[in-house]
Amino acid sequence: MTDQTTAHSDEIKPRAGFLKTAWQRFDWQDYVVYIAFVIIFIVFSINLYDDGFLSQNNLLNIVRQTATISVMAVAMTFVLSSAEIDLSVGAVAGLASVTTALVIGQAGLVVGVAAGLLTGLLVGMLNGVLVTRVGIPSFLVTLGMLGVAKGTAMWITDTAPVPIADQTYTDIFGSGNLGPIPSLIIWTALFLVGGHIVLRGTLYGRQVLATGGNETAARYSGINTKRIKFLTLMISSMVAALAGMLYAGRLHSGRFQWGEGDELSVIAAVVLGGTSLFGGMGTVVGTIIGSLLIGLINNGLILMGLEFSQQLIVRGAIIILAVALTGRKTQS
Amino acid sequence: MSLATVQMQGITKTFYHVPALDHVDFELRQGEIHALLGENGAGKSTLMKILRGIYIPDSGQITLQGKPVRFNSPNEAGANGIAMVFQEFSLIPTLTVAQNIFLTREARNRIGLLDDRACERKALALFREMGVEIDPRTPVAQLSTGYRQLTEIATALSQDARILILDEPTASLTHDETMALFKLMRRLKERGVSMIYISHRMEEIFQIADRITVLRDGRHVITDDVAHLNIQQVIEHILGRKAKSALKWQEHTLDQSREPLLEVKNLTCYSGVQGVSFRLYAGQVLGLAGLMGSGRTELVQAIFGINRIKSGEVRVHGRKLSIRRPENSMMARIALIPEDRRVQGLILNHALRDNFLLPLLKLGRLTRRSGLVDDREGNQLTATFIQKLRIRASSIFKPVRLLSGGNQQKVVIAKWLSTDPDIFLMDEPTAGVDIGTKGEILDMVRQLADAGKGIILISSEVQELLTVCDRILILKKGQISQELDRREIPTEEKLHHILQGAQVA
Repeated sequence: MTDQTTAHSDEIKPRAGFLKTAWQRFDWQDYVVYIAFVIIFIVFSINLYDDGFLSQNNLLNIVRQTATISVMAVAMTFVLSSAEIDLSVGAVAGLASVTTALVIGQAGLVVGVAAGLLTGLLVGMLNGVLVTRVGIPSFLVTLGMLGVAKGTAMWITDTAPVPIADQTYTDIFGSGNLGPIPSLIIWTALFLVGGHIVLRGTLYGRQVLATGGNETAARYSGINTKRIKFLTLMISSMVAALAGMLYAGRLHSGRFQWGEGDELSVIAAVVLGGTSLFGGMGTVVGTIIGSLLIGLINNGLILMGLEFSQQLIVRGAIIILAVALTGRKTQS
Repeated sequence: MSLATVQMQGITKTFYHVPALDHVDFELRQGEIHALLGENGAGKSTLMKILRGIYIPDSGQITLQGKPVRFNSPNEAGANGIAMVFQEFSLIPTLTVAQNIFLTREARNRIGLLDDRACERKALALFREMGVEIDPRTPVAQLSTGYRQLTEIATALSQDARILILDEPTASLTHDETMALFKLMRRLKERGVSMIYISHRMEEIFQIADRITVLRDGRHVITDDVAHLNIQQVIEHILGRKAKSALKWQEHTLDQSREPLLEVKNLTCYSGVQGVSFRLYAGQVLGLAGLMGSGRTELVQAIFGINRIKSGEVRVHGRKLSIRRPENSMMARIALIPEDRRVQGLILNHALRDNFLLPLLKLGRLTRRSGLVDDREGNQLTATFIQKLRIRASSIFKPVRLLSGGNQQKVVIAKWLSTDPDIFLMDEPTAGVDIGTKGEILDMVRQLADAGKGIILISSEVQELLTVCDRILILKKGQISQELDRREIPTEEKLHHILQGAQVA
């Protein structure tokens, strides 16, 4: 996954060089996701006003429903920025929802939460070791781990849901409110602010971007690129486990199906937000907007009364269109 | 007098109000090798891109064999027999030589399937004509750089190119490969192929070129026969008023009774280095000479923690160093300016500032107590070093890929200079940079030594080694074959002989 420019890349023919105004120089491709968000929001506000699109309840719902995707997408921003990928996030979320639910039933809240996080930690360390020490591409490692995690979750529960009775747990992880604000929104906000600061402002974040931008040059600059990739994959799984715990809190149970297929939505949100699939460029703010945009589209299509099959088609088309417009930047 | 194949007159090209070419004239005669010279940014590549139809000139006229032409795309130029051999290669490594040469123009058999055999036959005929021995069935990945270059030329010739543009073709070739290329160029010349040759290497130009054209700041300076000029004159034309008296070596007295800054004892690596021992003193410039594959790069990379060490030791200020990663060497105040700035030195898509700050960040010098990076301090430092090294960039946030080769190299040097190391390992620091920058870099090497730093300099240019080094180690097959004091080498020829001897023996 390198992004080396080819021999011909500097030979892009400039347009006839007159009247290069400030407007033309404005690189709107950097802001596609924000523009798309605003346009779609306006369209829905007008067309779906009578269906209650703009009601406070509906808007809060959008953020709540996208919270698990948003949280995983923030971690995925780091993974893609380091030029790796993690396809196991959805399955890890399901597995962690199950382990948390099982342990809470046996040993109570604190141990249950610890068990959930430990699940993510173990899977993440395994992913990290296989990628950085054994040298298997992360695409394959995490694809395999997807099956392993899902299978384990099905096996230890006999595919049955595991109910959670602990109300403190469900309040913190997804069902409760802090004052007027749903806890899922608080989780999203925490990851938005935290993720942004870590990526932009800390040594770790800078090293992630450098590693993804050019691993060789990063190594020659003293960065332990293997350690950076290991940490990034480990954190991704831990965050996926947390997302699984949020599912468990919202749905008052753990089940292998929670998070199933989320890896695709998560990656779509990150790329939509402007992070490069090939590493070296990433934005947490863009990621959250990308995630909310997907949630916005889902919500609008449901209010329009489209069938699930139709929703899938429209959603897919919108994502392809938006990524195509961001295209040149994120694709090489 | 032979006929002018290409005549470019009054070519002007402006990018966003910045003139890149200002009424430039250029003439290429039938069957000549014409060297096009100038510093980076002088307008050479813009002029060539106009000839290849990549850019369209704002004004001016191009005639081909006397007929006015106007190319709107590289394909149109190609159809008129103009081809370019790239500095960086555009071959596909997993395909064979023959498949690459005839890519998109493959021979087909009766039922329309690709006919690899026919391509191979045609390629073989082509190589025979060129007087080159390459098996067309070899995957390109297995070819050395030199042979890749020859394959590129074959690709151009297979399309009936009559005019070849060679952009720094020898930049990554060994001496033997360069000689093979020159032989081929002379042969093509006899067949009436005209060639434009872009290079920073003066010696080569005087060996191969018939005429020289110099551009400076987008203007035509001079066109003349090589026979009428000498190297000094050409350099003056390239640099203009900036020309300074060339750096001369001066003898330095070194107190070698002190503890050496760096001591390498019996160093052996898993690849390339076999029992090497030497000492580097403060204030000394130590040259590493040797042919390609002699282990020069492997040696400095071992000291910097990139090439794994098998046995032996490295001491800095007398203290033994345990080197497992570059980090370990950085902590001991060692810096490596790597050989390949585009792959090892820089993250091309990242901003100048972010490239510059990496080592400083890694050493934790820009982290505030809160754990956050101090960007204001970082920006100021970047600006300071841009000024100090006279790096030409419009903004510290500009991606380094947009800078010229010379300025990119200065960014690589700056990023290490900023960490204030005691020992600099410099692997071909002047490769592929223009003459002006080259002089500045060599000046800097000397100044650093005078300020008490120790420098190990790898260079393939004998003249360069003799200009700045106090001592020269000759490497051969991973071992030191000779250690010479600068005073023992009276002339460039002498060092050339020693180097070649090292190859034969």
